[in-house]
Amino acid sequence: MSSGRRIGAVAGKEFLQLSRDRVTFGMVVMIPLIQLLLFGYAINTMVRDIPVAIVDLSGSAAARVIVEQVRVTQVVDIVSSYNTPAEAEAAIVAGAIRAALVLPHDLTHRIAGGETVGQWLVDGSDTMVGSALLALRNMPLKLEAGAPAGAYSSQPPSFEVALFFNPERRSEVNVVPGLTAIILTMTLILFTSAALVRETERGNMELLITTPIYPLELMIGKLVPYVFVGIVQIVIILGLGRLVFNVPLNGAFVDLAIITLAFIAASLTLGLLISTVAKTQMQAMQMTVFILMPSILLSGFMFPYDAMPILAQYIAELLPATHFIRLIRGVYLRGAEAGQLLPDIIWLLGFTVLMLAVATKRFRKSLD
Amino acid sequence: MTEQAITTRGLSRRFGDLLAVDNVDLDIPRGEIYGFLGPNGSGKTTTIRMLCGLLTPSSGKMSVLGLDIPAAAEALRRRIGYMTQKFSLYDDLSVSENMQFLASIHGLGRQQARQRIDQLLDRYTLTSMRNRRAADMSGGQRQRLALAVATLHSPDLLFLDEPTSAVDPENRRDFWEKLFDLVDEGKTILVSTHYMDEAERCHQLAVLETGSLRKQGAPSALMAELADRVVEIRGGDLRKVKQQALRLPQVQSAAQQGMQLRVLLRADINAPAIDILRGQLDTPSLEFSIARPSLEDVFVACTEGGKER
Repeated sequence: MSSGRRIGAVAGKEFLQLSRDRVTFGMVVMIPLIQLLLFGYAINTMVRDIPVAIVDLSGSAAARVIVEQVRVTQVVDIVSSYNTPAEAEAAIVAGAIRAALVLPHDLTHRIAGGETVGQWLVDGSDTMVGSALLALRNMPLKLEAGAPAGAYSSQPPSFEVALFFNPERRSEVNVVPGLTAIILTMTLILFTSAALVRETERGNMELLITTPIYPLELMIGKLVPYVFVGIVQIVIILGLGRLVFNVPLNGAFVDLAIITLAFIAASLTLGLLISTVAKTQMQAMQMTVFILMPSILLSGFMFPYDAMPILAQYIAELLPATHFIRLIRGVYLRGAEAGQLLPDIIWLLGFTVLMLAVATKRFRKSLD
Repeated sequence: MTEQAITTRGLSRRFGDLLAVDNVDLDIPRGEIYGFLGPNGSGKTTTIRMLCGLLTPSSGKMSVLGLDIPAAAEALRRRIGYMTQKFSLYDDLSVSENMQFLASIHGLGRQQARQRIDQLLDRYTLTSMRNRRAADMSGGQRQRLALAVATLHSPDLLFLDEPTSAVDPENRRDFWEKLFDLVDEGKTILVSTHYMDEAERCHQLAVLETGSLRKQGAPSALMAELADRVVEIRGGDLRKVKQQALRLPQVQSAAQQGMQLRVLLRADINAPAIDILRGQLDTPSLEFSIARPSLEDVFVACTEGGKER
């Protein structure tokens, strides 16, 4: 009974302090807002709308068909056309276009003979652009020898690609749910990692440990307000993801709530543990960055988990963010239920209990 | 119920190579104000922290309010109030929010907390600033708030670590009035200070230096021990007289105070103090008189702060 009162007292006090710390309070809202807009637009491993030019030496109807088919891939944006390959090359050097498609004089002959129909002149200085255009090399062209516009081949294309869950291959769909993991890792660990150190630095701790409060009460009381911070942030990120980036929630709210709370709890207790290790707020910040970097790079947010070396995978498994990215992509994009994702949920909950236990054990009501 | 609020035997605390508290024996009676007098680094804060159960002694035994410390530290926490040297309340919370927070931590019920807080706000003249943030208060106001919070749960024993270091003399006087009020209610107060005037107000005093207990007793008794050993000299070139006096083996210290030189002689002198000085300092125009010993004399006499100055 009095334990609940003490936890409530600590939580209420933290809330008050948080609401008066304008900068921190602003960060709660601004970090997800700015970062989502920034990353949502900027982190785009899918390359689209590369500015290119056409050099059509044949002037044939077939050429126009081919150009139209290239245009509809949306990989390129045809911004101009030139009369000679040399002019196109100059434009590439000048940076006006990234590539040019040259269709030769004997285009109709080549089509009839089943030969290569044209040549891409590509600015290779950006590898992402280069590989995107390389992928166009084998794009199936639906045309017959000397085909007029109406005579499209009924032959099936050489291959067909079926993309599940993100048929348009838009990277926002992958990035937005992943961003929740990164933003929550960053803000929640950062806030709680300073929680206890701050009291020590400001001299409040010496008074607090002379009171009858139990370490576990103090720990839980400190965490409660940040659970709400985490919920506010996730609502911002996913709400904005829905409104601005049109990322749909395919799963159920309940499942989303379960996995999110599990991850918030894991992140907060990890921050708390840092707070018992760090001697100053500066140290706490450094340790947070130490956790944050691999959370961004190894969690599957930036690079596919399966493509990483085994050792990196083992390290990634230790990070709550890795488990959460798996969970949220499952629930959010594939419409999975919490029951189907139990191992990762159990891992997060176990992690929470372990961190809380270690942090509580490490925290002593003494100045020794 | 034991007579002593605090007893320690052989209490020591070592930090690495530094012996911060060295073999201290204390007997602090209930219902009194007991002072720790000593310069910075003399072990006052370390001793208080050990008595609160915040630091584990390297050796020695302690009994505080009849409890074995540090073993029973948790039980002790409900019965003591501690005012730390540095202001330890929350700057970004208001007076009443700070008090409500600690009332809940101490397990006071809602109704009980409200009454107690109103009572304390009134007692420490803080009612008009109950909604002011601690950061926006003066040194004296912050100190009254800290005392109010330290007494929220009506503890039997209060530890005040240099409570008046950030306070002007008038506020300091008022503060001591509040302390005597608390003693009237039967509380025991342990206060540390490096102000002589403050130390003089205590019922009993312990003089600490470099971790050791040099002297223990009532201020008046400590001063009485120095009767006939303090001489005031007037007239002549006091700077020069001081140099001469300090060279004498019988002189422990000499310090100029305005127009006079205050000289403290050692305990083992075998002739009246004035005679010794008159015989040795052969400047004709000097006037000698025996002075009432002050607490500063006590401090100088029992520490090694004498001749080196």
